[in-house]
Amino acid sequence: MIDKKMINLKIDNKEVTVPEGTTILQAARQANIDIPTLCFLKEINEIGDCRMCITEVEGRKGFATSCIQKVEEGMIVHTHSPAVIEARKMILDLILSNHQRDCLTCTRNGNCELQALAIKFNVTGVRYEGTKNEHKIDDLSPSIVRDFNKCILCRRCVSSCKKVQKIGAIDIINRGFSSCVSTVGDNSLNDVNCTFCGQCIEACPTGALHEKDSTQIVWEKLKDPETYVIVQTAPAVRVALGEEFGMPIGTNVTGKMVASLKRLGFDKVFDTNTGADFTIMEEGTEFIKRLQENDNLPMITSCSPGWVKYIEMNYPENLPHLSSCKSPHEMFGAILKTYYATKENIDPHKLFVVSVMPCIAKKYERQRNEMKNNGLYDVDSVITTRELARMIKQANIEFVELEDEKFDNPMGEATGAGAIFGVTGGVMEAALRTVSETLTGKALEKIEFKNVRGLEGIKKAIVNIGDKQIKVAVAHGLGNAKKIMEEIKQGKAEYHFVEIMACPGGCIMGGGQPIKSAKIQETVDIRKKRAEAMYNIDARSKIRKSHENPVLQKIYKEFLGKPGGHLAHELLHTHYEAKEKYRFVK
Amino acid sequence: MEKNCIEQKLSKEVEEILNQYTAAKDNLVPILNDVQVKYGYIPQIAQRQISEYLNIPMAEIYGVITFYSRFTLTPKGKYAISVCLGTACFVKGSEKLMNRLKEKLNIKEGETTPDGKFSIDNTRCLGACGIAPVFTVNGEVYGNATVKKLDEVLDKLLAE
Repeated sequence: MIDKKMINLKIDNKEVTVPEGTTILQAARQANIDIPTLCFLKEINEIGDCRMCITEVEGRKGFATSCIQKVEEGMIVHTHSPAVIEARKMILDLILSNHQRDCLTCTRNGNCELQALAIKFNVTGVRYEGTKNEHKIDDLSPSIVRDFNKCILCRRCVSSCKKVQKIGAIDIINRGFSSCVSTVGDNSLNDVNCTFCGQCIEACPTGALHEKDSTQIVWEKLKDPETYVIVQTAPAVRVALGEEFGMPIGTNVTGKMVASLKRLGFDKVFDTNTGADFTIMEEGTEFIKRLQENDNLPMITSCSPGWVKYIEMNYPENLPHLSSCKSPHEMFGAILKTYYATKENIDPHKLFVVSVMPCIAKKYERQRNEMKNNGLYDVDSVITTRELARMIKQANIEFVELEDEKFDNPMGEATGAGAIFGVTGGVMEAALRTVSETLTGKALEKIEFKNVRGLEGIKKAIVNIGDKQIKVAVAHGLGNAKKIMEEIKQGKAEYHFVEIMACPGGCIMGGGQPIKSAKIQETVDIRKKRAEAMYNIDARSKIRKSHENPVLQKIYKEFLGKPGGHLAHELLHTHYEAKEKYRFVK
Repeated sequence: MEKNCIEQKLSKEVEEILNQYTAAKDNLVPILNDVQVKYGYIPQIAQRQISEYLNIPMAEIYGVITFYSRFTLTPKGKYAISVCLGTACFVKGSEKLMNRLKEKLNIKEGETTPDGKFSIDNTRCLGACGIAPVFTVNGEVYGNATVKKLDEVLDKLLAE
């Protein structure tokens, strides 16, 4: 590597030496000097748009926007001179003048970057009361609500959608004061190429984008003595929920989460990880069959509903590559409404299944027509990690103080393979454990497939199973999924098995997870910490292979028959269809 | 997606325009311009085709169309009327002309009457400040305009 030229500069009288090409903001952060930002989102949105991060550079006219201004030799920078503070206040005042300031009733109250700045700058009144842009709220989609009365035009969502996910469902439309973030034709997100991945929500500094709330219906059902309410929790929820209660990122709060759900009054608390074990049994069986028959390879995973919507809209001709498996919580819901309901003598019509998910696309998936059995939805409501945290707070439960509790029996037992479903590479690794042992009939010496772990955008590996070489690929984030799909489309892909998750990092970074400020996103490796917590759960599990889960063995024996068998197909599998990207275009 | 014969014809024509350009992103504005000139607006089907050809999301194309006042989303009327709201005309009272037009035709700026006969736009300086205020009908300039003069022109066209 060629050594970069080093640049010496002074920031707030502190000597700083940084490599050429560093921005003032980065240099300041290195020197432990904080500069407020608003539109800046590291590596995603670095456009110098809001000008909150302005600094004064001696000998230079006007202010320097520190998030994009590169350092120069001998620069003398002042990050909080009176002129800078006055200008920042003015910028903030102008943003606030066109912002709907109903903070008390906003979903982001207490976790809003604009609110945090208002506190920092001691805003006690608004200097300018001019015309306000008034926008209709778009709440037509099952997943995302857009309220542009709270948008500050930082473009973080636009960049996340266009540059990271390579979707471009939203952009800046109109001009001047009428500018707003919207879709083509100013249509609802429901009618355009949005996949409901929710990465825009994770990028939004304010309450302009949020999930569609489902807590009301859950409260109602909990109150109703006639309804038997079962809750299941996705693998990724337990490694992030604690953050909403001030616990460190990457804390595994499984026991407290289960305890809080019992306190909320759910009749049974089960683990979606068990559902994930079902998925592995079904997907593994499907893969072995397709491998032996050389049928539509590579087979691609279908657990991520944002990804499924993406391929249905963008690569309909490649749909046969998709596994026919439903996602884990849907499989689990189907089992609960049939096997479990019969066994426990509960009328499935009175059974209400709630899934706690790190994902907002699951809200859309839940209400798909394909996710029904005997006229009943497999899952009746999906709430996100954030919504669960809100419910726990409303019930005044001291989450951090809770004693650990265990998932309910008999469906509570899950394996380490199910646990890692929530992180990129996890589904592949879990599947390989089962596929390998099924094909060879021998126990694996090493059950960890480390070459599909990690946060690289696309991971490729060759896995030896018996005398076969299985080529696998793992992609996370729809931008990376697109690359794999182009390879497949052009016939260049030689993989047998591909795992795709819509969100960068996998479910642990899903659109329903706790929202972290741009500064935390910049300074903490959230993905790594949450992923480590997941792998630790796996490493500490007694059973780490789905096919060894006694709960599953029992249910297959008593009820389902063989994996991939007739009843399993009816309940646990689904089909897909081409979907119009732009539904409003004639 | 089933297309009717008008849409098929339009699609074919747009394709001919696209074929004159490489699929480079930079060609977006010239392509939009060609479509605007040909049809007097940018039809949704054309937006979709351009999106696919240049591999640019429709939202971004829509953003460009709504940014430039040259591009429009609805067809212009048979009689496209523009009122100059440039400084000289404005000072000489062109706003009254605009208000009168909107009132008489019952549409807003940038819109077309449901029968497709009239559309209203505002324009910046046409270089005819000497005869301000001015309005134009299909490019023909009417100078030293008054509400009365505008009424006369409009009534004649309305009677057609």
